[in-house]
This record gives sequence, structure tokens and C-alpha cells, in this order.
Amino acid sequence: MLQQKRRIIMARLSIADLQNVRDENKATFTLRKGEYKAKIVVHMGTCGIAAGARSVMTVLMDEIALSGRNDIVVKTSGCGGLCAREPMAVIELKDQTPVIYGDLNEEKMSEIFREHIIGGKPVEKYAMALGGETII
Amino acid sequence: METAVRTHAMLCGGTGCMASGTKKVKASLEEEFRKKGIDDEAKVVLSGCNGFCAKGPVMAVYPDETFYQDIRPEDVPGLVEEHFLKGRPYEKLAFKEHDKKISIPSIHDIPFFKHQVLVVLKNKGIIDPERIEDYITMDGYKALSRALTLMKPEEIVKVVTDSGLRGRGGAGFPTGKKWELGLKIKSDEKYVICNGDEGDPGAFMDRSVMESDPHAVIEGMILCGVATESHKGYIYVRAEYPLAVKRLQIAIDQCYKSGLLGSNILGTGFAFDLEIYQGAGAFVCGEATALMRSIEGKRGMPRPKLWRSAVRGLWDRPTILNNVETLANIPQIILNGAGWYRSLGTEESAGTKVFALTGDINNVGLVEVPMDTTLRRIIFDIGGGITKKKRKFKAVQLGGPSGGCIPGEFLDIPVTYEAIKQSGAIVGSGGMVVMDDSTCMVNTAKFFLDFTADESCGKCVPCRIGTKVMYDLLGDICKGRGKAGDIEILEDLSEDIIDASLCGLGQSAPNPVLSTLKYFRREYEMHIHDKWCPTGVCSDLSTFYIDEKLCKGCGACLRACPTDAVTGEKKKPHKIDQEQCLHCRTCWDTCKFDSIKILPATARNAGHAEIRHLAEMVTAGSAGFRGKESVISSQ
Repeated sequence: MLQQKRRIIMARLSIADLQNVRDENKATFTLRKGEYKAKIVVHMGTCGIAAGARSVMTVLMDEIALSGRNDIVVKTSGCGGLCAREPMAVIELKDQTPVIYGDLNEEKMSEIFREHIIGGKPVEKYAMALGGETII
Repeated sequence: METAVRTHAMLCGGTGCMASGTKKVKASLEEEFRKKGIDDEAKVVLSGCNGFCAKGPVMAVYPDETFYQDIRPEDVPGLVEEHFLKGRPYEKLAFKEHDKKISIPSIHDIPFFKHQVLVVLKNKGIIDPERIEDYITMDGYKALSRALTLMKPEEIVKVVTDSGLRGRGGAGFPTGKKWELGLKIKSDEKYVICNGDEGDPGAFMDRSVMESDPHAVIEGMILCGVATESHKGYIYVRAEYPLAVKRLQIAIDQCYKSGLLGSNILGTGFAFDLEIYQGAGAFVCGEATALMRSIEGKRGMPRPKLWRSAVRGLWDRPTILNNVETLANIPQIILNGAGWYRSLGTEESAGTKVFALTGDINNVGLVEVPMDTTLRRIIFDIGGGITKKKRKFKAVQLGGPSGGCIPGEFLDIPVTYEAIKQSGAIVGSGGMVVMDDSTCMVNTAKFFLDFTADESCGKCVPCRIGTKVMYDLLGDICKGRGKAGDIEILEDLSEDIIDASLCGLGQSAPNPVLSTLKYFRREYEMHIHDKWCPTGVCSDLSTFYIDEKLCKGCGACLRACPTDAVTGEKKKPHKIDQEQCLHCRTCWDTCKFDSIKILPATARNAGHAEIRHLAEMVTAGSAGFRGKESVISSQ
């Protein structure tokens, strides 16, 4: 994918190409300018990491890459205080109430990503609560 | 498979931060990411100058919008563990307000960033200046596409005129007017020049713009080419700005490769060529006509302005010369319209201005504010006030060696061309040097005259010899050889130099003296008549004396004194041996109890009672030159 992008830029651009460059690089600036459609916060405290948050995060990043979406932002946060239910993640679609998921693993994360983030429907069976949390 | 990147560490790659060790920090960040196994999801990006140069190397982490400062390679493991892995702000490196312990991790809450309005610097710290894709994604070259396809040259000129944009190089000439003339004059060859010869001591706005967003300058130049039907441009940058030259060259090469420069730009048939010309660093080459001579390969000297450069400039062809910041404004004015630009600043001075804030101030760095912002807001809210707690604001020097010093009573004026000019300084290119009350104004004026005397090209006698004579006179005053009438000679000479010099350098060289004379005349008089530098900067005009009543005997000055001139027992008042004292002011700077008094040079040989009397007068504020007689010499 990256190879293709580079090829476009080496060639002479037309006005339409400029817009293509903008679309291709949108993900970078979604991240830097905070204009996202979905935000996922993975708890990465000591308890979270011990319970497997790292692999949950890896799966999530792979899913995002696979989906080709450029408007998703992933953040990390520390221990949420409910160490028994780690790994946990909070998913917030723009203008919607955040949903907190617990007891995650790789399969559940993939499922939630497809159902909730792509499909727009929260996965009730894994959801623990509604409502956000203040993070940095 | 490529995984998505979840976080960008935008490490500042401006000259200031680079000098403080950005490269080492970048290497250790990448190393640490690898160790923790997050190198595929966290990326380090070198951005342009972030602006907060005082605390470099600085870094902003997205999407968390967290700001880190003073990053040392040894702090990196902790930072990566806490922030990048566990998602907690790493307090140790977060911004803290001066003298306060609470850290402010979010970049939007830090006063230095909060009060700024970014137009020229809108991409700073967000894009990688060496990637054209980044610039294009931030709506780069959109204004150019619009101008090439939808606008006639006259329409572009009209938008620029209506926006009220004025030259950001210092003089404030309306940019639209300049372009209008450039378009009107017909010629087979016309030139567009970008003036990046920023030479004022303490100014680094243009350098930062060129370093952090080189494509904005290039787009502005191509737009100027479209508007004035010119097809050849030069960027004149001083060779002392290697990073700016490097990034501009990378940007120009990218533009040629992608058809944004050269023939048939964006397939529209318009042609524009651009090259960098490196100046050798003569201050006078920032003057338009001298700059053009320099590009022609001749000695950089101004010529009489019988005609405007837009009529006959480089190689006697019509030439439109604009400052870096002016040009960087252009793409956004075309994109957002004249009305939007007018909504910032005032009627006469529209838009924003970038200032390089330095001196005795907490947050040294680059700031961009609308032109109706007051000096107080810039110095105290954004700049964080005076560095040393016990010192007070004394003056702010605006406009470099062509500008002047503005005292405290003008802190509430806006930074418009008119208001600043009225106060005796000029906006100039935007250097802002803040001085606290330990600064000697005579010495400050001397510093700037030293600079202009050195940089005068020598063409006009009043400037070449006049500035030297003024510098020598100021030197004499600071050495205690000042005579009655010196101030009048300085004033006379200033007037002659202003009247009889050809270019802006000479015409503005006496400004630092005139403005300090206007607001700090008494300080000059004390130097001349009392042989007394009340701030203790001029070592030949000061005696340091410890007031026994105030001295707590803490020993701070005793330890700091380089010549062991301070003696005394613990918890008992100390004394300074005048024979050994170097008058370096170290003791005065260290004393926490204000017990060290600065007396006139004559006090060195005076008796104990007399010194004591003098010290009391100093404390009471009643000493010093009054009218025709010196209070001190009449003792």
C-alpha cells in the first residue's frame, strides 16, 4: 500500500491527484488533529498487560489496518481500578455514549471491532457498562 | 502485513531543539519502542519548530495531545513505559508553570500555546516538513489549484489587497499594492523574490517558518508568480541557516518531481522556476535593493530608490520582493478569503504576526498572535513573565537594531504597526527582547549601535562614520568618560544619520539610542554626571556595598564571589573589600535579601559614614541626578 502511495507522489501531479494524496494521508492527520469518528481506549496498566492487553492491542491494530479505515484513533490508559475484569477497552463512536468492555481477549476484540466500530452496534454480551472515563 | 500506527510522537526538529539533542532523543525513543515491541504502532516524526524553544527538546504526542519538554535520552525509558505503554502522562517531563509544581500535560491547556492564533504557523509541529504529502494533506497547494484554474491575476491581487496584508519584514508596506504594481508593469522577464535574510539579533521567525513549513513559502511564491505573471523566483536565505536551506531545497526538489514547479504546473500550462540563493550573512543584504545586487553577484549595497523594485529591480527587471512570513500568509488568504483575514487584527493592521520572544522571560520561543494583542498578553500570559522572581519588567526591545525600547507604561498597547511606531519602536521583523530591571539601557543602546556600526555597508558617510562616533560616545559614557553635552551630540548625530542615509539601515540605526533617551534619559544623565550605573552593568560606574542592616550573613554572596572580596562570619553582616572587588555584580545577583546596594563609582574611595549615607539615599530612592546638579557630587 505504501509503495503505491510513493509512486503517485513521484509522478507529476494533476489537481485531482492532490485530492488523492489528501485522502490517502487522512489517517495521519485524523490522529494528529483529533478529528476522528471512533476512539478506542485500551487499558494498559500493569494488571491489564498481565491479563493480555498487549495482544488485544495488537489484534486491534491489525484489524484497523485490515479495514483500511483512516478515522479511528487508539489511545491507551492506565488501570481503571477494576483489575479483575482486565483486559478492558472503552469504545466511543462520535457523538455516542462510550461503551466499556471487559474480560477481553483477541477473538472478542476482533468481534467487537467488526460489530461495534464497523457495524455501529455495541456488542452487548461483552459490554460491562455505558459511560466514559476521563483520560489524558 | 502493515499494522496501523496508533500514536505519533512529534519530536521538534527545529534548530533550537536540534542543538539541545533532538537526534539523540529520537534514537533512544525508537530504540525503546523496539524494546517494548510497539515500534510498529508508535512512530517518531521530526516536526518543524514547535515554538517552545526554551524547553527543548520538546515533543507533542498525538492523539493524546500531550506535551513533553526538556527530554533527555536517559528519561526516555520512563517516558515510553508510562506514556506509550501504560497511557499515563509522564509527569516528570510535562510542562509546569513557573514556580508551580502542578504539571499541565495537555498541550491545549498550556498558556504558551493557549493564547496563540496560528495562521502562518498552523502546520508547525503537526506536519513533517520534509514530506510534501503532509503539506498537501493539510490543504496544501489547494490555493494554488484554485488560483490557477478559477482566478485571473487581477482577482488574486484584489484578494490580497482586500485582506489588508502588510509586509511582515518590518516596514509594513501593503502587499496588495506591491503586487498590483508588479502586475501592471509589462516585461518579458519578471522576478519574485522571497527575502529570508533575517539578520536582527534575537529574531528567528523567518527561519522557523522556512524550517517548519517550507512548502507554505513556496506556494506563496508561486501564487505571487501567478498574480504578477512572473515565471522565475529566488529565495534569498542566509548561509547561517543551514537547516532552513536544507528543508527548502528538499521541498523545491519535491515540487519539481511532482510538477508543482517547472513548466506546466498541475497540468495548467503555467510555468514557474525557483531557486535558493544563499547570502553570506551581511545585515544590509536584508535591504531589498542590496539583496538584489547580492543575487546579481555584486557587492551587497543599497541603491537610491529612484524607482520601485516592482518597476526596476533584479537585473533592472520588474521584481516583487516579499518577506518569508508575508508569503506564507498568502495561500491561506486565497483559500479562506480576504474577509476572514480581516477578521483578525485591526482595521489598519490585519491578520496575525509571528514574534520571536527572548530575553529575561520564562517562555522563550516563537509566538503567533493577532495584531490587536497587547504587549502585556504576549509578555506575561504567553511568555510567562520575567524569569527572576525578584526582578521586575523594565522594557521590551522591538524590531531589533532598527527598533526601540518600550517601557512598562506602554504594555497595554496592541502590537499594530501604528501603535508600536507611536511608542518609538517599530514592529520590524518581530524580534521581541524582554529586559528586566537589572538591564542598563545605555549599555543596551551601545550593544545595538555596535551591531549597526559593524554592519553598515559603508556607502553613506553619515551611517558609516556616524554610527561609529555614536558607538564610541556611548562607550565613553559607560566607561565613565561621559561629559555634559554628550546627550545633545547623540541627539544631533541621530538626526543627521536618519536624514542623510540612503537605506533603512542608516535611517533606523539611531532608533535604539533615541528611544532609550526618550524613556530612560535619567539613566544616561546618571551615567554622565554621577558616574553611576544604577543597575551595576557598567563595571566602571558602580560600587557594591553591603547594607549591614539588611545583611543576614547567609554567606551566599561570599561563596559566589570570584575574588573572595566578600568577607564576614556566619550570621553576621558581611563586607566587600573594594580593593579586590571586580564589580562583576555576582553578589548582587545572588543576594536574596536585597542587602547589596549599587553605588556610584566615586563611593569606592569614600569614608564609611559617607557610603552609609549614600546607601540610605539609594534605598529611599532619593539619590541620583536631579536637574543640573548631581546630588551625589555635591555631597
